[in-house]
Amino acid sequence: MNALFASHPHDGPDGGDSATQLGHLVTGELDLSHGVALYLEDITVSFDGFKALNNLNLAIDAGELRCIIGPNGAGKTTMMDVITGKTRPDSGKAFFGQTIDLTRLTEPEIAHVGIGRKFQKPTIFEQHTAFENLELAMKTDKRVWKSLLAWLSGDDRDRIADTLKLIRLDGEADRPAGLLSHGQKQWLEIGMLLMQEPKLLLLDEPVAGMTDDETMRTAELFVSLAGKHSLVVVEHDMAFVEKLGGKVTVLHEGSVLAEGDLATVQNDQRVIEVYLGR
Amino acid sequence: MKKTLFSLLLSVFCLGALAAPDPALVRQLAADDNSDKIAAIQQLAAAAEPGTATLLQAMADDSLFVAGDRLFVFTGDGHVDALSGAPAELPEGADSVTVNNRLRGELANALAALKLFDADRAVRLAAARELQSQVGAELAGVLAKARDQESDGEIRPLLALAHAQATLQDADPAVRLAAVRTLADAASPAVKSLLLPLTDASRESDRAVRDAAVLALKSIERSLAWMDTLAGIFSGLSLGSILLLAALGLAITYGVMGIINMAHGELLMIGAYSAYAMQSLFRAYFPDHVDWYLPAAIPVAFFAAAAVGVLMERTVIRWLYGRTLETLLATWGLSLILIQAARVLFGAQNVEVANPSWMSGGVELLPNLILPWNRVIIIGFALFVLFLVWVLMNKTRLGMFVRAVTQNRAMAGCVGVPTARIDTMAFALGAGIAGLGGVALSQISNVGPDMGQGYIVDSFMVVVVGGVGQLAGAVWAALGLGIFSKLLEGWAGAVIAKIMILVAIIIFIQKRPQGIFALKGRFADQ
Amino acid sequence: MSATSSVLPLPASGRVPLTLRVFAALDRKAWIALAVFLALALVVVPVLNLALPPESVFHVSAYAITLIGKIMCYALVAVAMDLIWGYGGILSLGHGLFFALGGYAFGMYLMRQIGRDGSYGADLPDFMVFLDWKELPWFWLGSDSFGWAAFLVVALPAVVAFVFGYFAFRSRIKGVYFSIITQALTYAAMLLFFRNETGFGGNNGFTDFKRILGYPITAPETRLVLFGLTAIALAATLVFAAWLVKSKFGRVLTAIRDAESRVMFIGYNPLWYKLTIWVISAVLCGIAGALYVPQVGIINPSEMSAANSIEIAIWVAVGGRGTLIGPVIGAFTVNLAKSWFTVSFPEYWLFFLGLLFIVVTLLLPQGLVGLWKKLMARKGAPA
Repeated sequence: MNALFASHPHDGPDGGDSATQLGHLVTGELDLSHGVALYLEDITVSFDGFKALNNLNLAIDAGELRCIIGPNGAGKTTMMDVITGKTRPDSGKAFFGQTIDLTRLTEPEIAHVGIGRKFQKPTIFEQHTAFENLELAMKTDKRVWKSLLAWLSGDDRDRIADTLKLIRLDGEADRPAGLLSHGQKQWLEIGMLLMQEPKLLLLDEPVAGMTDDETMRTAELFVSLAGKHSLVVVEHDMAFVEKLGGKVTVLHEGSVLAEGDLATVQNDQRVIEVYLGR
Repeated sequence: MKKTLFSLLLSVFCLGALAAPDPALVRQLAADDNSDKIAAIQQLAAAAEPGTATLLQAMADDSLFVAGDRLFVFTGDGHVDALSGAPAELPEGADSVTVNNRLRGELANALAALKLFDADRAVRLAAARELQSQVGAELAGVLAKARDQESDGEIRPLLALAHAQATLQDADPAVRLAAVRTLADAASPAVKSLLLPLTDASRESDRAVRDAAVLALKSIERSLAWMDTLAGIFSGLSLGSILLLAALGLAITYGVMGIINMAHGELLMIGAYSAYAMQSLFRAYFPDHVDWYLPAAIPVAFFAAAAVGVLMERTVIRWLYGRTLETLLATWGLSLILIQAARVLFGAQNVEVANPSWMSGGVELLPNLILPWNRVIIIGFALFVLFLVWVLMNKTRLGMFVRAVTQNRAMAGCVGVPTARIDTMAFALGAGIAGLGGVALSQISNVGPDMGQGYIVDSFMVVVVGGVGQLAGAVWAALGLGIFSKLLEGWAGAVIAKIMILVAIIIFIQKRPQGIFALKGRFADQ
Repeated sequence: MSATSSVLPLPASGRVPLTLRVFAALDRKAWIALAVFLALALVVVPVLNLALPPESVFHVSAYAITLIGKIMCYALVAVAMDLIWGYGGILSLGHGLFFALGGYAFGMYLMRQIGRDGSYGADLPDFMVFLDWKELPWFWLGSDSFGWAAFLVVALPAVVAFVFGYFAFRSRIKGVYFSIITQALTYAAMLLFFRNETGFGGNNGFTDFKRILGYPITAPETRLVLFGLTAIALAATLVFAAWLVKSKFGRVLTAIRDAESRVMFIGYNPLWYKLTIWVISAVLCGIAGALYVPQVGIINPSEMSAANSIEIAIWVAVGGRGTLIGPVIGAFTVNLAKSWFTVSFPEYWLFFLGLLFIVVTLLLPQGLVGLWKKLMARKGAPA
């Protein structure tokens, strides 16, 4: 498994680093020199007067596994929208590493600099096979011209096969993804994320609808990914959060209410008030 | 003493003589030469003696006859002598006095001038209005007299303008100057062309008059431009109200329910044909009350279109909720069927729908700005329908249910809203409102099987610009598009204006894909 | 994977030349069908038309050749529409515009080929003489050259599609919104072309063509050449489209159709994918229009009416969208039905067409091809 996520050489002539892959994109190399992967400062987003995010501050270290919890409407999904470029903040800074200003990039550009996102509701290509889903997600040059002429190399096929095995879909490679079970779809989406080889993974309720067994295996996978990748996991399932074992941030009404390890947070009086310590 | 009596008698006699038109001038009315006739008309009018009006009116009506040097007037039940007014037999060989178009113009002016002394204020006002263009110098005297006598605040300024026009060529520069200054208040293209020569040094020797003319022209141009804008805004409002009527139904079916109905134009057509059918019915059975067909058509059109709407929703649209592109194609199919059905039922040709008599004519807002009644009534009707829709959507249970279903269908169903019935009723409401729009359209445009096709692009533009889910957006968009396109039309012509509007909308949509009134938040792009 | 059903035993991965990949885009049956189609169009039909006397049962009339040639142009448009709608999920109501642009671009050349044989015997096209114009407007420059005309046929739809598509897709206009905006664009263009002053013959458009490349345009041989060229264009388009949709580009395209946000978050910019297929589709329409005009002998602004563009969609829907043979079948079915109805029951044609729109969307979402597949599957299943 570790070999799978080692930095992977590409066959294509242009398979170089992420920053050159969209022809029109000029961004710096991801700079993790200060040990911070993601840095949000005073982010505010409002919809018709309602502040979905209110002066949110958040810093994720390189290689960190962070869990975000909070009641409904706390701004978890909006925060992910801001990081991935879907929503532009009204004010505030969002930096990826030291140099990449996320508020200036489009969604595909943000994906290219190394941020992968899993949606709350599994979002996969239902008409494509599981294999094709992974193929499309694979880190490569994603410009139109390259796609027209693309042809999978032997290594590419091996990588897709490895990932299929990892997410336990190797028996379902040629089935349309729409026919997979809910848990399988969740796994397929995680697999697609891994194929992107992102530096930072945003996972919105990744184990919703999974069996306990699947949930535990997912937790193991995430823990093994941490260190090499930074992970931000939004989850309601406290058993899962506990299993992940990382730092926990509690969001409430668009800002950070408390931060620390799970036990500290769960004993925080304000958290208990708004969240009833669930 | 005797002498005094004589002179008194003489003066009475003279007064009597003065109080009737000069016989020589009257005879001159039958002169061979048209110029002589014109001179006679002008002098008679300038003298403004009682009886002159009857005489000139008779001449204008071809009721003035000449036999030798005697003139006779036909009064309807017999002839009278034109001079004495006594009944008389028309001699053999008497001819009617010939009147050509030039003479008719002179007669009209002269008659108008004479009417300035009528006791009836309305007659005087009408006459003064008639004298606002092509007033000759010969009327200067009579106009001055009328102006000085006139006490009415509305008529007096009109007379002053008319008098100024008549004295514009006066020999005295001071009189010309006064005339030019008075005319600065007029706002008519005719006055503009009258003043133009006075700015020319070769035609107007007096410098003060020239300068005044330049100033006056500027002032007239300003007020003309202002009136053009006003007229443009009015016709824009009128077009906007039509667009609104065409688009209001769509604002419900597409804007609120999200159903893209390409047959919307055909629902307008059904409304218009309902008006036609009611007109035929009234002509056949209530010929004395034909004018009432229009009020009667309003409910008929509403229910006819709504019934077709129910049919459409139940048979086709219901099965396609959430599949907008398929809905688009299927409703296009419905529109083809409705068009062909109209051709089979009413023929492929346009049918004639007449305005009721109370809708003809117009209200005069300013001397050169007349608002036709049919347009005014349609604007009022659009406001009425708008109010109706607003009440229905915001103040009734149906409206509340519709909004509930639109926002969250599943939840609305859970709390007991009969979603399927609400869909049908809301669609029927949208269709019925389109029917009402059709009645309005029947009053100002052709009614034919294809009429709906012309409105479909416009209606969608209104809804798209206004923003989905918003009635207020549709209203502003309709009025904005209406006024904007009318103002552009005046500047670039109808076709180019239309193209510019469409291109502008396409660009606008790029900038604000959600329309003027955008919904924001996490559900905005679903 | 794409290679599994190909004619050649292509390696599933590794370096494979592009030509072989194009060849692999169609399976054996499809290649045979294409060969049969081309043989019919290029050999059998010309022989039956020229060699057999008109009395013969097997004679193919000039009317039939024009009709089939016209429908082949429509089929080409339908394939273009299917690429953008069936595979890209973008319903255009503006394809009539691109078709007309191609037609007008080539029509300008045909107008110039009339030379002095027009009814006024002037150098200028008749409608310009009628408008009392003294010289050609600037945009007619070079219109006497076949090469320039051929260039415009491709370039004009491409540029219009690119500019419009760039702004529309960049603003993320989708679904019905996009459809309505394309309809508005086409409507505006139609109004523009209806004006005499625009310089394209007003509402009469271009007609009364005499020659093409110096050959008389109504001669049987010329017709057969045009017919053959149309068949080749259609066949080439089908091969090109098959390669396109089987390439990774095609998979990204259908992915955008099914889940656009996911495509963005894995790093593809949908703008350029949509724009590429949109421009390709527009250019194919332009080519179809250019082939259509010399065969039918007229082009006028009514080609840009809303009804025409929507009808293209129904050809695709009837045949089956998201397949390549579907649009061809649809174009032939609907248009043959149309020419039969308009002769036999003209007043029922619109009823039939309207019903077709409804029945296909309600009952046959996969079209005739889908119906056929379903029937085959039922036959194949144990009774």
